[in-house]
Amino acid sequence: MPADASAEPAAAPARRRRAALALALTLTLMLGLAAGLATGSSGFSLPALWADLQGPDAALLIGQIRAPRSLGAGLVGGLLGLTGAIAQGLFRNPLADPYLLGSAAGAGLGVVLVLAATALGGATLNLAGLAWAERLGLVGAAFVGAVAGVSLTLLLARGAVHTLRLLLAGVVIGVMLGALSDLVTMVSPEALRGRQAFMLGNTSYLGWPALALLGAGLAVLWWQARRLARALDALTLGEDSAASLGLDLSRVRLVLVVLLSLGTALAVSQAGLVAFVGLVAPHLVRRAAPGAHAWLLAASAAMGAALLLLADVASRALVAPQELPVGVVTGVLGGLYLVWLLRQRAST
Amino acid sequence: MSAPGRPQALIPEPHGGEGTPVSVRPAPPGAPVLAAEALHVRLGRREVLCGIDTRLAPGWTAIVGPNGAGKSTLLRTLAGLWPPSAGCVRLGERDLRSVPAAERARQLAWLAQQGDVSGELTVRETVELGRMARLGLLGTPGPADRDAVDRAMALTECTAWQQRPVRQLSGGERQRVLLARVLATEAPALLLDEPTTHLDAPHQVALARLFRRLARDSAAPRMLLTVLHDLPVALQAERLLVLDQGRLQAAGPPTDPTVQQALGRVFGGALRIEPDRRGRLHVRLALDED
Repeated sequence: MPADASAEPAAAPARRRRAALALALTLTLMLGLAAGLATGSSGFSLPALWADLQGPDAALLIGQIRAPRSLGAGLVGGLLGLTGAIAQGLFRNPLADPYLLGSAAGAGLGVVLVLAATALGGATLNLAGLAWAERLGLVGAAFVGAVAGVSLTLLLARGAVHTLRLLLAGVVIGVMLGALSDLVTMVSPEALRGRQAFMLGNTSYLGWPALALLGAGLAVLWWQARRLARALDALTLGEDSAASLGLDLSRVRLVLVVLLSLGTALAVSQAGLVAFVGLVAPHLVRRAAPGAHAWLLAASAAMGAALLLLADVASRALVAPQELPVGVVTGVLGGLYLVWLLRQRAST
Repeated sequence: MSAPGRPQALIPEPHGGEGTPVSVRPAPPGAPVLAAEALHVRLGRREVLCGIDTRLAPGWTAIVGPNGAGKSTLLRTLAGLWPPSAGCVRLGERDLRSVPAAERARQLAWLAQQGDVSGELTVRETVELGRMARLGLLGTPGPADRDAVDRAMALTECTAWQQRPVRQLSGGERQRVLLARVLATEAPALLLDEPTTHLDAPHQVALARLFRRLARDSAAPRMLLTVLHDLPVALQAERLLVLDQGRLQAAGPPTDPTVQQALGRVFGGALRIEPDRRGRLHVRLALDED
């Protein structure tokens, strides 16, 4: 028997770290939801929550505004965390972003086109004054735009056969669709304000129907991604090694891109371009408790949910009774995290 | 207990010790596992392989040749990872292109040259990926899979640090893990691109012994095809394929004078293969010759 066979260290430390992170994320999500319910026009306040619950508008304030908004922020964050983990596994790059393949630029263009078309029709829109049908139109346009953006990327890259070609095509489509959006807003300045609100990310319009859609989407995408977790693990060895293990790489890549596209399309169509959550959430999980992709996908979704939930509370509480767009909060916090990371790397 | 860094317990030498002359024996009879037939491969406009014909039976074969000879491309093409531009690769009687990917993975295992690893998988999780060739994406590993992983890690001496992340290992340690990943597939044919890269001398010796043992396993002799820059190790193989400028210059046992002459020729006279009094082959670099 080889001399080292008996010296088998236990896997306990890694498992303990994962269990600790799972517990921490569960607690953070619960506390974040509670904080979301307790944050209103007067900022974060537990006595105010108690008073609101006793008041006549409890069902409206808590049941129709704060609860769906907080839960929705969690679900959007979950989608971004999950798609971020997929993107980083697919591209074998810890700094890959789920918006890379043109979904963000496509969604932006979709929104701008609808706003411009509505303005041309004689109505002047701003997001706060949108009627339900108009809001649905914008959500639909963002979703279709995001899927169209990724489809164009796939078309330009001639499918998902080459990862590098896919990445480059994503950058090209992103730039081109962004330029088109700029052009439309120049022609129709009315679309500019709506576009700005969309680009900054916003959770304030999330209602129960959106929640049902987000929840179902997150569940289906997570289940599908989970089935490909071992493929993402194999990709850590390099694409040829993964192919030598019997993986049909073109198919796997295509399915992952479709999941990525649908996940980001669903998230940005409901909450606009929330920055950094998709990039930072998987990163934080890998630092705190690394593991195989079966764990990484689930934990990144939970981490994304926790991040956006807390960012949403902060966006409402920091300048109450005013609100910051949640994308500004995630952008600042995500940027600071990356700066800290860079400094840490430089010092080691 | 072996001394640290000495893989002496790793692979028992089946035919005597290190001083034993290289025994060259014909490959076991039987149907060839893998064959190249008039194989041509293009990379862009350049023809990298030109009309390779060879049949690979169970046993250890080493591909040798200078840089840019097409060794890695030949290995990748034989592994089904690169399509031939003309000719074909046969697995048994079938054209490799018609073999489904999952079945190909059960038959042929491939080790990348300088295999880089991303992600945070541990040593054990990485070796377990070898079982994907049998389990697919959704299969649940059973006791047989765990045994195969344990055996593979034991053979390459990874067991002691199986919970360490692969990315934190040294180049040589990582190479052993990736080799264990290949062994865990339990494929009858192993195609290994420079498996001795980054390994220290004791582990190179251990690996050469392991290859010989796998190739001579009486119950299930494996087909090993290794690209090797390290000629002293390559000379331990039963058969050499000497490749230069995409063409097969010679094929046969290292003791074959034609093979030895081809080696001298393709390396531009920079080395010489010389037998000693006991018949052991040595590589001598022509350092002091004009």
